[in-house]
Amino acid sequence: MKTRIERVAVLLAFGLASCVSLAAGALAQSSLLNVSYDVSRELYKDVNPAFVQWWRERTGETVTVNQSHGGSSRQALSVIGGLEADVVTMNQAPDIDILHERGGLVDKDWRQAFPHGASPYSTTSVLLVRKGNPKAIKDWSDLVRPGLGVIVPNPKTSGNGRYTYLAAWGYALTRDGTPERAREFVKALFANVPVLDGGGRGASTTFTQRDVGDVLVTFENEAIALIAELGADKFEVVYPSLSIDASAPVAIVSSVVDKKGTRKQATAYLEFLFSPQGQTIIAKHHFRPRDPMVLAAHSSRFPAIKTFTVEDQLGGWAKVQAEHFADGGIYDQIIVRR
Amino acid sequence: MVGVQRRILPGFGLSLGFTLAYLSLIVLIPLSAVFLKTATMSAGALWEAISAPRVVATYRLSFGASLLAAAVNVVFGLMLAWSLVRYSFPGRKLVDALIDLPFALPTAVAGISLTALYAKNGWLGQYLEPLGIKIAFTPTGVLVALIFIGLPFVVRTVQPVLEDLEAEVEEAAASLGASRWQTVIRVVLPALLPALLTGFALAFARAVGEYGSVIFIAGNLPMVSEITPLIIITKLEQYDYAGATAVASVMLVFSFVLLLLINLLQEWTRRSARKVS
Repeated sequence: MKTRIERVAVLLAFGLASCVSLAAGALAQSSLLNVSYDVSRELYKDVNPAFVQWWRERTGETVTVNQSHGGSSRQALSVIGGLEADVVTMNQAPDIDILHERGGLVDKDWRQAFPHGASPYSTTSVLLVRKGNPKAIKDWSDLVRPGLGVIVPNPKTSGNGRYTYLAAWGYALTRDGTPERAREFVKALFANVPVLDGGGRGASTTFTQRDVGDVLVTFENEAIALIAELGADKFEVVYPSLSIDASAPVAIVSSVVDKKGTRKQATAYLEFLFSPQGQTIIAKHHFRPRDPMVLAAHSSRFPAIKTFTVEDQLGGWAKVQAEHFADGGIYDQIIVRR
Repeated sequence: MVGVQRRILPGFGLSLGFTLAYLSLIVLIPLSAVFLKTATMSAGALWEAISAPRVVATYRLSFGASLLAAAVNVVFGLMLAWSLVRYSFPGRKLVDALIDLPFALPTAVAGISLTALYAKNGWLGQYLEPLGIKIAFTPTGVLVALIFIGLPFVVRTVQPVLEDLEAEVEEAAASLGASRWQTVIRVVLPALLPALLTGFALAFARAVGEYGSVIFIAGNLPMVSEITPLIIITKLEQYDYAGATAVASVMLVFSFVLLLLINLLQEWTRRSARKVS
């Protein structure tokens, strides 16, 4: 008697399991997973429903888009580890390059697959100071003044921090002309950093809530969002004379879309980001759109600022990664000798 | 039959087999993966990864602060357990429940609240800062966070032993002329020592591996307030799996040796306690 009950139970369990896996399989046919970085959560919350509607109007097909967010590099690690992302939308190119290098998940020439080096928007590193700018901070050169407190996220763990470091490096390199002087400059700057938070949000909290430091260096979108949230009477943005173009790259994960048969939808999803509609949503979230028309329409929110790119000025990410951020690299050297 | 030692309790083979299989699955296989990954490095690269000055500084902070925090927890955890067991007062159940909160709270929440509390504009920080005491974003902050998360371990290991301690033993000591102080030192503490050591070991082990709460309050300055788990995360973020597991192996070996020592010490105290009684 007991054995029969057990047998029935086992059969039931099997039946249930196969139903669940079938259902999951059916669902996977028309769903996309966008694996992205931390700060883009709100952006894609707006983009996804717009794309779903846009796709339905064109093809009649209903597609669902799921999102996953976390630290950019950690997200890339998850995808390498088997998280079935149809598309990845990161905040720095190395996190997509690694997907090609480790197992060829992404095509080698992913940068050519979409316009603007496969980057639908960019932002830039700016300075956020307390209202009235009591320390009279105008440019990068002011950040190395002795006694000033500069809040920067940890370049070792945060894309935001890495861009900040590179922006300061590029500024000094342009101003002084030699890597030696640039090195002195970033060393002096990081000697003024009292706290290294793990990510951009953590640094924002330290500066705005804990009242630590005189200036926060962070992405423009984060700075504007902070002012919108905490009030223009508390903080103001200072645009430096030169900063870095922080492009957010996107790519299709070939191995996954080919297996799931979602290449068409995934391509359309990323193309949608470059469409005027997608670009407008992007501008609304304080990221600088690529479309000149959309940018012009929101020009009051994005003051012109001179920027350089990692590719043009610093020889590309691979070089920067090896020279500056690898263990024992320039960043390690300047920060350990403080 | 000859030569086969019979055990009184049946099922030894089965339970030992199960224990070993289960331990392998849950503990040994994941841990050996760490060492296997580390083994892919050359000896030179391995040494470089684990002996860089910046990494060595984190060992000092991680293990130093964890030992110190565990020691602080032993002293104050014992006092808490004592109050909870020996006295009855209104709200005792509530205080008892409060002890477990550091267990239940997500560590990130703990870290953020502690930072908010001790930052220079925080409830406590605003009074400490003028006195020249900085806690948030310093190694002291790391210690505070580790004390917080380790507290329940000591209280919860000492409490049941203290409850089981028969009052007659203390009464006997008193009737034989021992002062209250002598009773505590000679009778109560030796009986509690094994439990205290267990609590110390647990609090220490938890503190060494702690990441979530510490990371918010530490400030994470290289050579000053970086903890070893941060170095591991940093290496992972740079896709340096081997380097990360190398540092992790060092932590594992250190922790294992320290825990082994504590266990031996505990064994010894238990034996000497038995000899006394």
